[in-house]
Amino acid sequence: MVSYLIRNAQILDGAQQDIHIADGLIRAIGTGLDVEADIDIDAHGLIVLPGLVDLHTHLREPGREDAETVLTGTQAAAKGGFTAVHAMANTFPVADTAGVVEQVWRLGQESGYCDVQPVGAVTVGLEGKKLAELGAMHDSAAGVRVFSDDGKCVDDAVIMRRALEYVKAFDGVVAQHAQEPRLTEGAQMNEGQVSGELGLGGWPAVAEEAIIARDVLLAAHVGSRLHVCHVSTAGSVEIIRWAKQKGWNVTAEVTPHHLLLTDELVRSYDPVYKVNPPLRTEADVLALRKALADGTIDAVATDHAPHPAEDKDCEWAVAAMGMVGLETALSVVQQTMVDTGLLKWEGVADRMSHRPARIGRLSGHGRPVSVGEPANLVLFDPAYRGTVNPDSFATRSRNTPYRGLDLPGRVHATFLRGVATVLAGELVERGGLA
Amino acid sequence: MKRHLVSAADLTRDDALLILDTAEELAQLSGRAVKKLPTLRGRTVVNLFFEDSTRTKTSFEVAEKRLSADVINFSAKGSSVSKGESLKDTALTLQAMGADAVVIRHHASGAPARLAQSDWLHGSVINAGDGTHEHPTQALLDAFTMRRHLNAGAGKDLAGRRITIVGDILHSRVARSNVHLLTTLGAQVTFVAPPTLVPIGIENWPCEVSYDLESVLPKTDALMMLRVQRERMNAAFFPTEREYSRRYGLDGARLAQLPEHAIVMHPGPMVRGMEITAEVADSPRCTVVEQVANGVSVRMAVLYLLLGGAVFADGATEPARPEARTDSSEAAL
Ligand SMILES: [Zn+2]
Repeated sequence: MVSYLIRNAQILDGAQQDIHIADGLIRAIGTGLDVEADIDIDAHGLIVLPGLVDLHTHLREPGREDAETVLTGTQAAAKGGFTAVHAMANTFPVADTAGVVEQVWRLGQESGYCDVQPVGAVTVGLEGKKLAELGAMHDSAAGVRVFSDDGKCVDDAVIMRRALEYVKAFDGVVAQHAQEPRLTEGAQMNEGQVSGELGLGGWPAVAEEAIIARDVLLAAHVGSRLHVCHVSTAGSVEIIRWAKQKGWNVTAEVTPHHLLLTDELVRSYDPVYKVNPPLRTEADVLALRKALADGTIDAVATDHAPHPAEDKDCEWAVAAMGMVGLETALSVVQQTMVDTGLLKWEGVADRMSHRPARIGRLSGHGRPVSVGEPANLVLFDPAYRGTVNPDSFATRSRNTPYRGLDLPGRVHATFLRGVATVLAGELVERGGLA
Repeated sequence: MKRHLVSAADLTRDDALLILDTAEELAQLSGRAVKKLPTLRGRTVVNLFFEDSTRTKTSFEVAEKRLSADVINFSAKGSSVSKGESLKDTALTLQAMGADAVVIRHHASGAPARLAQSDWLHGSVINAGDGTHEHPTQALLDAFTMRRHLNAGAGKDLAGRRITIVGDILHSRVARSNVHLLTTLGAQVTFVAPPTLVPIGIENWPCEVSYDLESVLPKTDALMMLRVQRERMNAAFFPTEREYSRRYGLDGARLAQLPEHAIVMHPGPMVRGMEITAEVADSPRCTVVEQVANGVSVRMAVLYLLLGGAVFADGATEPARPEARTDSSEAAL
């Protein structure tokens, strides 16, 4: 196995150190390490973070391989500094059986770029009617712990209650896409000033908040773990804050784009900004940043949602919802949270690695950067300044809202269990991994 | 003026007055034996209708033909519009056919804006109504009609005039376009509707909102009744048709509360009964028929100004004033 000596890297917000990686583990950390390694990396000016963990990725395989495959998706993840991603269940077929989740898990193993932890559907076919075989998915090789009908809301209160209760048997968590369906019929964007002016169907904040409020009460009632996907409104933050103060087992995530972009961008009618949940207002963005900073929101999750060009190169009404996000996530977090003074790099490690790994019950990820730990690491250059060029993305799709935008920072290298998946910003050929 | 007419908000006061004044000149043409101008000879205008609208389409078609344009009617209704690529593919086809202008009616808000911003098509885009967003030529013809009745004459605007728009504001592209254009022209706009049919955020629009029609009538110079679709009742926007027409309908008694000079407008087609009684619809104060005639003049003016003889390099150039328009415009026209 290849060994590495990373010289003069800054570990989180601490001092510059050398890191020796061999046999998949961090072997030594110190100044002026005198060890032999196959590859020497000058990491002056770079920060070391634990490998990022995404709780919310759409890899599209099986079914929509024209948008993304497990291979291209995990390559994009590696380029974004991720060492583990949770693959959402809304594939074709839906990941609602042990067979499908095992298939996705194995494809992840074969890719070698990033661990893929499948998310199991809560209900059969994401239809919200009948519980899927949650236990069988947990017992499969994939060992599913996170269940979600993401893309759809589990809106039936009884089904939601049962799912929350049932997964307690294997320490599972239900990750809810909170969207009251009747209040969002025909919804095209955030309901507010802009939707009123543009004449686009509105997606009121209360449609998200009402479901979150119900779900935290249900989770408290049955004593289960609830995870709230892609929180997007200031009101949702308040409800989650209240539930946490009560001591209930509720966690939540926010996407990078909800930390940066607002619904004012929809005035362009450019479908690249069409996403679910929709981009909200400036006040919501500021509330989300604050909540992520104070820990009310536990994690940043990308909701990486690749779509082929033809699904976006059309009028707003028929365009697909979603944005790719794996390769820009850390840069957006730097811009919105670090450069604004809201979070230090330790905080970024907590929200993008430690906590998501804990929520997903992933062992081996989200570990501290210390001797003896599995070498899942990112080397990040926060001083880098550049323009986002989607043509250089590894993801198969190009639906990024950041094209042509200047974002800070760049992933220099990513290590998955001691093997570089990215070096000098470029993917390492898989043949070179062995 | 810009290259496209997508939103009434794109029009400055000068643009709007230029269109109205030009329309006034062009209107005189309809009284002549030969109703044609050679202005757009050799130019191709496509009417791209993704949604049925015989009235608007006919109005544009008459306007285009009076300006001697080559007219292509492209009805996309029934084609697979649910497929994302249809608008783009259609636009590329029209581009290949050499369309100088595309008049587009679409059921989706923002489709004309998307077309105007895309590189699918190089000609001018004229919005003939998009979803619940805008219908700028309707607003122009409404303003034209109001000006004739309330402040006639070239160069005149609607300063100080009070316009009341009643009905389904939430779903009305006519209301959205009118609020922009009428305020640009100096008028004061009041919307009257049940709260369920008022858009969120309207407090930041340049208008007043009232839930009480009676109180607004005596202060109204022009009253515009919007079409209310019966389906809205089933979606619980209001309880019953009867209750709606009691509170927000226009009948003879309410008509009598308007000032003497006030006019009653309707973008049509009128459904007599719910929002307007037959008695009011047939009253001489109702301008519906005039509005139709004015629609042709205004659409001629828009086409004339956007396309009249000017060559658009890449949108960077301001369209030149049509050479046919001189000071002795009567003779030139
Ligand atoms: Zn979702």
